[in-house]
Amino acid sequence: MLDVADVSRRFGGLLAVDGASLTVAEGEIVGLIGPNGAGKTTLFAIISGFIAPSKGSIRFEGRDVTREPAHLRARQGIARTFQVVQPFAGLTVRDNIAVGAYLRHPRRQDAINHAEAAARRLGLETMLDRPASDLTVAGRKRLELARALATEPKVLLLDEVLAGLNPSEIRDIIPVIRVIRDGGVTVLMIEHVMQAVMSLCERVYVLAHGRVIAAGVPRDVCADPLVIEAYLGHGAAGRIRAGEVAGA
Amino acid sequence: MTGRDLLPPALLIGLLALVPWATSSNTMLNFLVTVLIVALAAQGWNLLGGFGGQFSFGHAAFFGTGAYATALLQIRGGVNAWIACLIGIAAGGVVGWVIGVLAFRARLRGSYFALVTLAFAEVLRILTNAADFTGGAAGLLLRLDVRPMNFQFASRAVFYWIALVCVAVVLLLTVMIERGRFGAQLAAVRENEEAARALGVDALAVKLRAITLSAAITAAAGCLYTQYFLYLDANIAYGSWISIEALLAAIVGGIGTVAGPVIGALTLHGLGELTKGFAGDITGVDLVLFGLLLVAAIGFAPLGIVGSLRRLRVVRLSGGAR
Amino acid sequence: MYSPEIVLEAVVNGLLTGAVYALVALGLTLVYGVLHIINFAHGALLTCAMFAVWGLATAFGIDPYLAIPPLVLVFFGMGYALQRFVIGPASHGDDNNMLLVTLGLSIAIENGLLAVFHSDTRGLEGDAAFQVVQLGPMLISRAKLIGFAGALLVAALLWLLLTTTDTGKAIRAVAREKLGARLVGIDVRHIYAVTFGLGCACLAVAACLLMPTYYVNPRVGNAFVLVAFTIVVLGGMGSVPGALLGGLFIGVVESMSGLFLGDSLGQLGIFVIFILVLLLRPTGMFGAKA
Repeated sequence: MLDVADVSRRFGGLLAVDGASLTVAEGEIVGLIGPNGAGKTTLFAIISGFIAPSKGSIRFEGRDVTREPAHLRARQGIARTFQVVQPFAGLTVRDNIAVGAYLRHPRRQDAINHAEAAARRLGLETMLDRPASDLTVAGRKRLELARALATEPKVLLLDEVLAGLNPSEIRDIIPVIRVIRDGGVTVLMIEHVMQAVMSLCERVYVLAHGRVIAAGVPRDVCADPLVIEAYLGHGAAGRIRAGEVAGA
Repeated sequence: MTGRDLLPPALLIGLLALVPWATSSNTMLNFLVTVLIVALAAQGWNLLGGFGGQFSFGHAAFFGTGAYATALLQIRGGVNAWIACLIGIAAGGVVGWVIGVLAFRARLRGSYFALVTLAFAEVLRILTNAADFTGGAAGLLLRLDVRPMNFQFASRAVFYWIALVCVAVVLLLTVMIERGRFGAQLAAVRENEEAARALGVDALAVKLRAITLSAAITAAAGCLYTQYFLYLDANIAYGSWISIEALLAAIVGGIGTVAGPVIGALTLHGLGELTKGFAGDITGVDLVLFGLLLVAAIGFAPLGIVGSLRRLRVVRLSGGAR
Repeated sequence: MYSPEIVLEAVVNGLLTGAVYALVALGLTLVYGVLHIINFAHGALLTCAMFAVWGLATAFGIDPYLAIPPLVLVFFGMGYALQRFVIGPASHGDDNNMLLVTLGLSIAIENGLLAVFHSDTRGLEGDAAFQVVQLGPMLISRAKLIGFAGALLVAALLWLLLTTTDTGKAIRAVAREKLGARLVGIDVRHIYAVTFGLGCACLAVAACLLMPTYYVNPRVGNAFVLVAFTIVVLGGMGSVPGALLGGLFIGVVESMSGLFLGDSLGQLGIFVIFILVLLLRPTGMFGAKA
């Protein structure tokens, strides 16, 4: 459904994304992990149309969307959340979500109804009339999700929706993501919380220095020496193995 | 819900409509027509500045275009006054769209946008002041020919009502925008353009629509000015006074509120007349007050008169509920 | 067309005026660089300073150049107080609000002056404007030469102040990273006010250098401030060398377009450049900041 082929992006002298490719099939939950600065968020920005790639292409449902601006991609069904939440601070929670709902429902009453439905799915129904600036971090993350959902996307790009939440909030939101997928939305998520990646994702891609260095089932990928080295530094995998052998 | 929201502006317009029966004083009607013209210009500013968050310091560019187009079409083209006004409004919209395309494509925001609009207004002022076609520094004088066909009336009251209808129409339009998709998208772009784009909002198109509409409304104020005073020159039509008054009325009255610009224009000019009454007719005193009011409004009542009243009501209601 | 001498003289005159423009722009760009706002009251404050020079000269016979030290102190203090007690508190830290607050101040100041002094144009008594210096084939106004030298001197002093003193370093720290500066114990509000004060002090000097050859009326600052905005945008918002070069450049452009287009259209050149620069390169010709 989503095909990212050999995408690169250069910022001055820095190659933030370097020939990255990945595919996401309909109905999957796919993880995108990697150390800080690996280029994950840049790759998301390229997929959602906020940054143009220096090279490579993005195909969505078989159509080349590489040159399409962000708002048209949203219209086609690619929605994203932001790593640093971006609420419309001066608007109420309802109006925030309604902006997303207006994408498919030009009439006010329809948009409001759909916005309220999205709010209920995320447990925000008691906050509808409050300004978005009143929400806690966890509330803002939910709002970000509700807004994206209200655009009725086919694929949802989640950029660290769990970061900054406490363990009980994480526990609350993991099933919500699963329900979203079960409702027919494909999910591609950047995540550092490995507990969530392990329990949610069917496949993961690992990005390091802008390149995809591993892909597969979460358990296998986490044992991959290349991945361990990307996170912990050169030679780390060998040391861990040596440690395990010595321990045994 | 709609009914209750519409009630205060409807009351305001209704009250204003009764004024000509209460007084036949020409001074009073002159004053109120000026207020309505400023209110209309401010309603235009408020659409872009209040709802869209793009602060223009150069709405004179649109006011002047409306005013000059109306006058020139009649004087040089022999076009009927009413039609000239409609074309003037459209011309204002076109100028707004052009400035919008240039400024928004260059991604100008905040201070940069304010400055570039100011510069466009000044360029137009200098050009009209220099060109023979626009009457140069001497300005343009419309021929006095009092007939409804010519958009000229023997009674000031008739003109006053027409201006009031314009203001009322824009009030209604603003309510519709505020409660519709365009208004929601405009507010979203104001609050956070990037997030809006992620939700499928074509930010550039939304801003262009806002500036075009905003410019057309302010141009309508310029058309009314021409028809009422039958005279204009570059410093009136493209002068910074109208840019400032449009902005001031909207902010003092209540930025981003439906009735704010009208209430702001009434308050400002009412206070202006009062200070002149107290301090004598010294040029500038009323504007000193306007400047200080702007500072005070931003310092103490960022939501203007309407916003402050609304907050009072909310406080009282929630206090009563306890 | 024109003889080379006339063109050369126009260029030199443009450079001389441009230096004083640069001084006005310097204050503006400094405030922008640190507070990230466009001080819309800059022009009105310049008018204030020019009236002060005129008043001191007319009432007490004080030479404009001797008025520099006291006026610099007074305007520094005034700028400090304005930012600390009016602009800062009233704008609640929002950039758009600061823009509007300074716009409000400029309206109030300009019309206050109008109410007191009416719209008459006033100049200094004496013949300072007519004293000339022979410079090769050209006759150059002595006061303009002094203005040029004075403006360059002030720019150099400001540069020294910013680079060598502790206050200067604090100003540059706040300009670069407000939060970081606060974390290392810099009083950001104080630095904001100091910067605003310095911007006003630049205006005081500019007024003293201008008055011998120029005139004052309540709206005179507008003409300067629009030129100064152009210079600041051209030179890159917040850049001191940019303001200097931009000022000289604009001085020449104005002088040239005045020569070739005549007075009424001469101003157009500046606005057109202003719009083009804003639309094409919002970081300025000398691109100080991205």
